[in-house]
Amino acid sequence: MDRFTERLADFDVSYTLTAPDDVAAAIEDVTTQPAIGVELPDGLGDLPESVETDPSPAELREASTGVTEARLGIADYGSLVLPTTADGVEPISLFPEHHVGVVSSEDVVPGMADALADLGECFRDASGSAVVATGPSATADMGALVKGAHGPKTVHAIIVEP
Amino acid sequence: MTGNARTTKAEHIRHLLETEGDAVAANTQGFNDGRYESVADLEDYEALKEEARAIKEDAIERLPDLVDELREAVEENGGTLYLADDAADANRYVRDVVADVDGDSVVKSKSMTTEELELNDALEADDVEVVETDLGEWVLQVADEAPSHIVAPAIHKSRESIAELFTEVFDPDEDLETAADLTMFARRKLAEKIVDADVGVTGANFVTADSGTMALVTSEGNARKTVTATDTHVAVAGVEKVIPSVEDLAPFVELIGRSGTGQDITSYVSLLTPPVGSPTLDFDADETGPAADREFHLVLVDNGRMDMREDDDLRETLYCIRCSACSNSCANFQQVGGHAFGGETYSGGIATGWEAGIEGLDVAAEFNDLCTGCSRCVNACPVGIDIPWINTVVRDRVNRGEDAEFDWLVDGLVPDAEPAGLDPQKRLFGNFSTLAKLGSATAPVSNWLSDLSVSRGLMERFVGVDRRRDLPTFQRETLREWAADRPPVRNPDRQVVLFPDLYTNHVQVERGKAAVRALEALGVAVRLPDVTASGRAPLSQGMLATAREHATDVADALVPHVEAGRDVVVVEPSDYALFQREYERLLDEDRYETLADGSYEVFEYVYGLLANGADADALADGSGERVAYHSHCQQRTLGVETYTEAVLDDLGFDVVTSDVECCGMAGSFGYKREYYDVSMAVGEDLATQFSTDETVDRTVVASGTSCLEQLDDLLARPSKHPIELVAP
Repeated sequence: MDRFTERLADFDVSYTLTAPDDVAAAIEDVTTQPAIGVELPDGLGDLPESVETDPSPAELREASTGVTEARLGIADYGSLVLPTTADGVEPISLFPEHHVGVVSSEDVVPGMADALADLGECFRDASGSAVVATGPSATADMGALVKGAHGPKTVHAIIVEP
Repeated sequence: MTGNARTTKAEHIRHLLETEGDAVAANTQGFNDGRYESVADLEDYEALKEEARAIKEDAIERLPDLVDELREAVEENGGTLYLADDAADANRYVRDVVADVDGDSVVKSKSMTTEELELNDALEADDVEVVETDLGEWVLQVADEAPSHIVAPAIHKSRESIAELFTEVFDPDEDLETAADLTMFARRKLAEKIVDADVGVTGANFVTADSGTMALVTSEGNARKTVTATDTHVAVAGVEKVIPSVEDLAPFVELIGRSGTGQDITSYVSLLTPPVGSPTLDFDADETGPAADREFHLVLVDNGRMDMREDDDLRETLYCIRCSACSNSCANFQQVGGHAFGGETYSGGIATGWEAGIEGLDVAAEFNDLCTGCSRCVNACPVGIDIPWINTVVRDRVNRGEDAEFDWLVDGLVPDAEPAGLDPQKRLFGNFSTLAKLGSATAPVSNWLSDLSVSRGLMERFVGVDRRRDLPTFQRETLREWAADRPPVRNPDRQVVLFPDLYTNHVQVERGKAAVRALEALGVAVRLPDVTASGRAPLSQGMLATAREHATDVADALVPHVEAGRDVVVVEPSDYALFQREYERLLDEDRYETLADGSYEVFEYVYGLLANGADADALADGSGERVAYHSHCQQRTLGVETYTEAVLDDLGFDVVTSDVECCGMAGSFGYKREYYDVSMAVGEDLATQFSTDETVDRTVVASGTSCLEQLDDLLARPSKHPIELVAP
């Protein structure tokens, strides 16, 4: 976990450590409106009321914050593994300028190989997809490094400790 | 090459150096420094590279089976796989897909393979609007320019020039000045295009046969949006991108960003098993729909790759993961970028393999000579491709391709085993052994003649030797002649055969004498064999048959010594590197291994003697003498430059070492009229490092012959081989 939080910081991702019961409050703290999100899986706590689920495409474009679960954390890289789901983790974590990713401390794996071993089974069995997201989107194509190219400018991780 | 062609090429390179050189240098050198830093953090970088290499070797070996397995997986997932024979076939398929969904707009994320296919032109011919969403690619699309780098396509453009371009083309309401202004402007413009698009086209960095998963390595998030915002996803990838399993992605994901732009990892590694499971997004109707409405087509492109797979020398090219490490670590590329060092699509060292395999030898021939064989890319390549060798082989094929039908007329009349149509410049430099022997035999007359302005003019005109370069000064007494009169060492501890390479024997004889004196002082008997031409000169010109003849002569002369228990010591690093690396390709395995195991770079050997108890007092005492050392590119690739630093340090010298990848001379390269300017531009970085307050008054030493010649042209103060510092 120390490695994970150290690496999150390396990639300019802020984070909160919290218990499942306090997840909603922790999300509220780091969310600007309008906010959209997906219902969190069991064990990761609840979304606050202020976060809309099932956004329309227009709401997707207008939202300021997107809140989603992360399937895994990767300690070596400070990465959040964002699953592609029918309720829209991928667009919700991508279109708004601020992304809040919620991950269980129990799902933080040490390295890239551990993450891919987990994903390999999922992809083969259920045709799943996921994005290994490390820090905000970025580009150096305009003459200097800029955070926030097509995707989020800022990322916050909420690490849920059961 | 004719004189006129040389002039045109020289002018083109000079123009690029002036207009794009600074931006390209700043970016590529930044990437390259980042690579060194980033890979240093890995626990076992070498093991990871070996793992990546092994996966690629296996995948290319089993490619047809893997494609079958992949097809099954893709179809099971609900997509289609199309294996396209060539560019026209691939483009026709994609056009049909777009037409089938009545698409009139396509957004694309960055894909070199679609550049290779010229897919945009094909779609635009059907009146389909195509928009590149990678910001660098979009800048080039707006500017109507070609990429200058395979990963960062617009590195040749400065922030100022992009601001000018946007202002001129879009006439925006706000002032666009900072990189952030430009990025946000582009983000807004492209967001409109993305939500309106009917079809999303991506490349794929890797595709796994087990599950039909593709990996896309990106930072901006444009590939994610391209896939998510459109219902129809077309992925276009070279057929060589297929690897066996999802788990096999691990070493590549860890290596690709570090090797390329020096990032530990890029912001996003999308692992997509399409059609993806996100809801569809209809921005016009403001409705979402089920993921089941998504469509996916994987287009795998052959376009020459399956033939490359059968080609023993080009096959390695297919292991390439397009990370750009070979571009960024290349001293020449750092100066001129991909607009000079590139073909139709690909750029940098590995581009020779790609362009030769995909487009043909004629395209590869246009830029292949910019690879000097310095070998700095070899260790940088995450899959260990011997990129200099691919360049050498292609150069040989280019040489042989010209006027081959006249070979029978003049074969046997030239001093080498090459075809008659060979470029006279290559023949001149490739046969340096003939020149050197003649030069010493007729010195000093040969030197007077070569210095005359009339001869220099003729040489420039007919063989393209730039008249601004000093030519080597041949010594009348060769090293071998000098050594013949040396008294024998009594009761020697070891027996050494010092390889009297052409330069040490004929030109830089003093360093040879110093090497003999130093070794003898350490109790070693030194003999000089009757063989001087290593094959390095013809090899660098792509004259493989001649290089092989020389290698055979060297092995005939030296292997019996090694078998008799004598050690081979080499002064010239490029020849030492030849014994260690390229001879593997030129000799039979046993003789290569015997010679490689039995030969040592001179400081490596001195270090070994001192470590085994030889008396360091027999050598010169450094007494704190301040030294600026430039090691040799090929020496650094083999990691033996540390011995020079260690010995000098032990003897009390105060050593600072340069950290440029190459001096820019690289054998004959810097003498060639068409490359003189790039050679000097590369050299400027070295000159700058040796002209700081900390280094300007240091004694300059360098291990390589060409480095010494380059330093002589770059600096006012003299330079010499470090063995001359330590010899008694």
